[in-house]
Amino acid sequence: MTILESRPNARSAFGAPAGTAAAPPKPGRLVDLFEYGLDSPICLTWELTYACNLSCVHCLSSSGRRDPRELTTDECKAVIDELERMQVFYVNIGGGEPTVRPDFWELVDYASEHHVGVKFSTNGVKITPEVAQRLVDSDYVDVQISLDGATAEVNDHVRGPGSYDTAMRAMQNLFDAGFENFKISVVCTRQNLPQLDEFKAIADKYKAQLRLTRLRPSGRGADVWEELHPLASQQRGLYDWLVAHGDNVLTGDSFFHLSAYGEALPGLNLCGAGRVVCLIDPVGDVYACPFAIHDDFLAGNVRSEGGFQQVWRHSDLFQKLRTPQTGGACTSCGFFDTCRGGCMAAKFFTGLPLDGPDPECVRGFGEDALTKRKEVDSIPKPDGDHSHRIPREPRSAGSRPVSLTLSLRRPESPPVSACEDNPLAGFRP
Amino acid sequence: MVTLDLDTAWDLHPQVSVRPEPFGALLYHFGTRKLSFLKDRTLLSVVQSLSAAPSARDACTGAGISAADLPRYQQALGTLLASSMLVERAS
Repeated sequence: MTILESRPNARSAFGAPAGTAAAPPKPGRLVDLFEYGLDSPICLTWELTYACNLSCVHCLSSSGRRDPRELTTDECKAVIDELERMQVFYVNIGGGEPTVRPDFWELVDYASEHHVGVKFSTNGVKITPEVAQRLVDSDYVDVQISLDGATAEVNDHVRGPGSYDTAMRAMQNLFDAGFENFKISVVCTRQNLPQLDEFKAIADKYKAQLRLTRLRPSGRGADVWEELHPLASQQRGLYDWLVAHGDNVLTGDSFFHLSAYGEALPGLNLCGAGRVVCLIDPVGDVYACPFAIHDDFLAGNVRSEGGFQQVWRHSDLFQKLRTPQTGGACTSCGFFDTCRGGCMAAKFFTGLPLDGPDPECVRGFGEDALTKRKEVDSIPKPDGDHSHRIPREPRSAGSRPVSLTLSLRRPESPPVSACEDNPLAGFRP
Repeated sequence: MVTLDLDTAWDLHPQVSVRPEPFGALLYHFGTRKLSFLKDRTLLSVVQSLSAAPSARDACTGAGISAADLPRYQQALGTLLASSMLVERAS
């Protein structure tokens, strides 16, 4: 047993470079220690707002509209104070589109001052040349631009019209400002998997680092998973590509279910939910992972007594998750040790038992299980929907003009002044 | 493989944070954004005492490491050095 693991199997779990092949199972490896959880998360995902200028069809958090109960600036700062005390080295900030929060930069600065590093995910809408310059000057901030197609056609199909241009403009601004090694985050889909080399070329062009993650049937993703998730025949190509590019491509430890193809991919090879990672949502709810926004995976709220630390260390749910994983139907599979039955959230939101195979099990057991599902109607639905109420423009190219009917309605009384602060102003019972 | 000179004075990189854990510790470098795991509490005490010790060898001796175990710890410190977690200190 080594006494130091600086290229641990766990590293890609927090976005650090995927390393060489995972070490063979041996007693005392970190993954076994991590099964029992840590006193503080290694890193966590914090969605700052449900507000978003886009309506990506696979949004994990079904974002669109801000929630009036979202944490205030002061409440966010209190969470940062707590993360500092717990020595959480950095947070992955997302949303929604986090940069549309008016206090976003204030919170980023506050986190930096308090030694909590920030990596934020953005569609790029606010990454102007000025912002890019400001980001270059900070040691504590890393940026991740979301891009789900190497061409506008493929990207905009998922992320909406104009989103490709927005992302490319943001990357150009970061590049021009000299921000090296920002991340380009790609959710792998059936449509964009043939573009892996083109994604890599884009990353190289902008001196960025490519990050590939797995499409989850979570949030609005549940509605499009059947259409977008990679074909079984594509998975092998993805695995080979990841093995070939190992060191230079991040994966967020997304693809450990592919390890059954052969050697284990670098990464934790463990479901880190509630053990080493978790999610804080915009209203302060703490979930086991960003892909599991459902009551069954809700551990508590940062507004409750004892705050985040209490939830992380003592919630019933997290205690329950911190037990060694049993294989259930997968126990007899020779690859269980690396694949671990795959992703809990992927199973949950496709209606599969949590102790059985992943829906994308490379040996095909997941597809079998999907066809044998009893009641498709009983598949759990993601909780909380903040989607825009008005549907986005059509996903196919060539949007049509919108017909409007203008009508004139004569007001019965003078309009209420915009300065009126009485909440009942204008109300006539 | 980087070999660390045991007779030199070393320090943690100023951008590195250490978080002790029951199994050892987590080290995070805010500059490189890389994480390392110390899988041993003894190694943690060595790392924590580097800045006050005249040399890495003294830090190891102070942590109760025997001559037989020293190469293993020297190798671990070398790995930390390779990932810029340690810097040489002007003694």
